[in-house]
Amino acid sequence: MVTNRQEFLINMGPQHPSTHGVFRLVLDLDGETVVSAEPEIGFLHRGMEKISENRTYEQVLPLTDRLDYLNSMGNNIAYTMAVEKLAGIEVPERALYIRVIMAELNRIASHLISIGTQGLEVGTYTVFLHCFRERERILDLFEMASGARLTYSYFRFGGVSRDLPDGWADEARAFLDLFLERVDEYETLLIQNPIYLKRARDIGVITRELALSYGASGPVLRSTGIPWDLRKTDPYLVYDRFDFDIPVGEHGDVWERSWIRLEEMRQSVAIIRQALDTMPEGPVQDGYSRYVVPPAGYAYVAVESPRGELGFFVVSDGGAKPFRLKVRSPAFVNLSLVSELVSGVKIADVPLIIGSLDPVFGEVDR
Amino acid sequence: MTIDHAFRDGFTYLSFITAVDEGENFRLFWRFVRLDEPAARLVEATVPREDPVAPTATRLYKGADWHEREIYDLFGIRFEGHPNLKRIFLPDGFEGHPLRKDFESPEVERRPEGYY
Repeated sequence: MVTNRQEFLINMGPQHPSTHGVFRLVLDLDGETVVSAEPEIGFLHRGMEKISENRTYEQVLPLTDRLDYLNSMGNNIAYTMAVEKLAGIEVPERALYIRVIMAELNRIASHLISIGTQGLEVGTYTVFLHCFRERERILDLFEMASGARLTYSYFRFGGVSRDLPDGWADEARAFLDLFLERVDEYETLLIQNPIYLKRARDIGVITRELALSYGASGPVLRSTGIPWDLRKTDPYLVYDRFDFDIPVGEHGDVWERSWIRLEEMRQSVAIIRQALDTMPEGPVQDGYSRYVVPPAGYAYVAVESPRGELGFFVVSDGGAKPFRLKVRSPAFVNLSLVSELVSGVKIADVPLIIGSLDPVFGEVDR
Repeated sequence: MTIDHAFRDGFTYLSFITAVDEGENFRLFWRFVRLDEPAARLVEATVPREDPVAPTATRLYKGADWHEREIYDLFGIRFEGHPNLKRIFLPDGFEGHPLRKDFESPEVERRPEGYY
């Protein structure tokens, strides 16, 4: 639509290949420069929160797999932890360690996709394929343990559904040894690549004030220099027993967000190794919490997902179904920054900026 | 106003806003966090079903924008002073607010009472 000011409106999405899902951005352009942008979401809205009011607590678990489908293990953990907190269920030690290992493996798998697609955004296909090669190995590990490659539903209230199979820890260790070398490869191929540095430096800059005001979390918040990671600031599971660092940025630009994700993969490897070495023997389920009917009340539990603060707010009226289930989705909150970030940039940088927020629309729209 | 209080007390980070349908009232929850010395505060308030209006938090917390639009979309609670209060997930012509307990639609699957 041409207006008298030589500006025009252009629709990016919902079927645009580089918007990471069904996301529509109505751009007001002046030449190649974005003047303003109006995001539109909801194309993947399945009413998960409404559906779960009509399901028992156990039946809600598979729904959580389908929220952030790149981090299904993390969603399962956050949901089971919220219900466990409400119902007062104790989880055996070994199950806590298994949860940490699975959460960190899933963090690596999710960051691999984020980094790989950031490569696609600037036109390098190689990194994307390399990342998917390693992700396959992680999915194989998940398949060994849970039987599924994407929608795991591996955790249960009071533990995990079954113990790790024989030889799983050795497979995992072998993968981690190989993987650390591969992370160096990604760093050379993409993160320190001069072309990527030129493209991604100093665009999509988020100031500290902006990130706080929007309630951003995860790598988006940490890229502005705030070391806020729930694994450190509010340790859950057994994260306080492990030694790891929280990488933070300075400028809050696109490059730093991808660099933080790369560093976090290294830290996750360190956590998984420590967890595998110190994992106690013992039961993986408390044995009597397969079905739960929590008392009336509410509970909120937040975990650090690859995208930030993933929280489940569960309200119970004492019945067998949740009275209300609210998912505090980090991708939803981080994505609300998008119109601030793309105003004033060139249209070619818009997909790069959207990708650096790492939205997953199963979770944004729920 | 409790939102102003939270902000003045250093809780400058809004984690989320949500609502629960309690029949005659809607109960609203705001969760504020302070990052300098980790702490969280959950603020509750009720608004009547007849005239569900709540004050906006967007003046102090920009992130409240989408949270409030989501609640408006799914519960029909209006936020006074919100700059752009319109549906966020559902299409503009949609009728009703699905997360209300009395929402009826042929697309909502209901199970008989006592059947799980």
